[in-house]
Amino acid sequence: MTRKRRRLYFVFAAVAVLGLAATLVLMSFEDSLVFFRSPSDLAEKPMPAGRNFRLGGLVAEGSVVKDGVEIRFVVTDMAENVPVRFRGLIPDLFREGQGVVAEGQLDEQGVFVASNVLAKHDENYMPPEVAESLKKAGHWEPKSEQEEAN
Amino acid sequence: MAVDLHRFANPARFMRLTDAIFPWSLGLTVLLLASGLYYALIASPQDYQQGETVRIMFVHVPAAWMALSVYSMMAISAAVGWIWKHPVADLSAKAAAPAGACFCFLALVTGALWGQPMWGTYWVWDARLTSMLILFFLYLGYMAIWEAFDDQSKAAKAAAILVIIGAINIPVIKFSVDWWNTLHQPASVATMEGPKIHSSILTPLLLMAGAYTALFVTIFIIRVKAEILDRRLRIMRMNQVQEKGLKG
Repeated sequence: MTRKRRRLYFVFAAVAVLGLAATLVLMSFEDSLVFFRSPSDLAEKPMPAGRNFRLGGLVAEGSVVKDGVEIRFVVTDMAENVPVRFRGLIPDLFREGQGVVAEGQLDEQGVFVASNVLAKHDENYMPPEVAESLKKAGHWEPKSEQEEAN
Repeated sequence: MAVDLHRFANPARFMRLTDAIFPWSLGLTVLLLASGLYYALIASPQDYQQGETVRIMFVHVPAAWMALSVYSMMAISAAVGWIWKHPVADLSAKAAAPAGACFCFLALVTGALWGQPMWGTYWVWDARLTSMLILFFLYLGYMAIWEAFDDQSKAAKAAAILVIIGAINIPVIKFSVDWWNTLHQPASVATMEGPKIHSSILTPLLLMAGAYTALFVTIFIIRVKAEILDRRLRIMRMNQVQEKGLKG
């Protein structure tokens, strides 16, 4: 075996081993690598009241209630729902049917008290007229977001 | 394959080839950048959700693509340079690094500027943003290693090890949005179901991606040529010193 051949195999072997190591590390840190928990995750593994975490999903249609400086809405992943309470400024993209990530904790009643709310944008880009005509034609479904939340 | 590589490993032939490409890549950069910016900033429609803010995407997304592809090219070059001992391959990786770092920085900054109005925050530590920041540090580390050694062949070897190990980060960045839930949105263009961007917004995006690629090729040619000439100069100086030593 020539030295060049040996170096070639060495690089392949090194990359394979490193790739495997990285995969194992990333898999074991799975829990801390996810940015938010969905309502279904919560139903599976409930969080104790008072523990800080991020809750993510869609803002349920028709659930937003503004009460002075307080805003209440429901985060859903189409399977489970979590009610959320928040005082403060909400981002421009926050609207019903859109993705949202809230930071905060559950209270004793199971209501998520958010200290910060971030809007999550989806991967769809289109001009307003196209969105309008899609809605009219009845082809409107934020499908990708639902799949993601699940 | 090895035969082809040997052809380009000859610096003189490599420089003749790049000299022939240079005017084309320069012309293409000007043409694509002008038309890309016109479509991106003036002629394309607003987004139905983001409004005018969508225009940041035309600067941000191609910069992120370039940051990933330039790094991949550097890792392959560095591996070829180390395995087959082709100095031009090492110098190619070295020459590409600052441009790649700039693309990475541009992606991080424009992403933060987009995040503030859209998400409501400049920065979050989600998997996509964090892995992209790590890529930026890998670029800086790679450039620092080249500066840290006087012996260029040792520097090439150490830098190659770093850039190859760091290449693990590239698939992590690409698939971070699929493997874990992140605040960053998933891929819009390279998806199994085809692009999720309307053609009126996709066209300027692809034009800008072409412009960035041509710009990179142009900068790369200038820089790799400078590196090759710099190397020749070093060798000539060393020979001079040796001759003097022999005479004295």
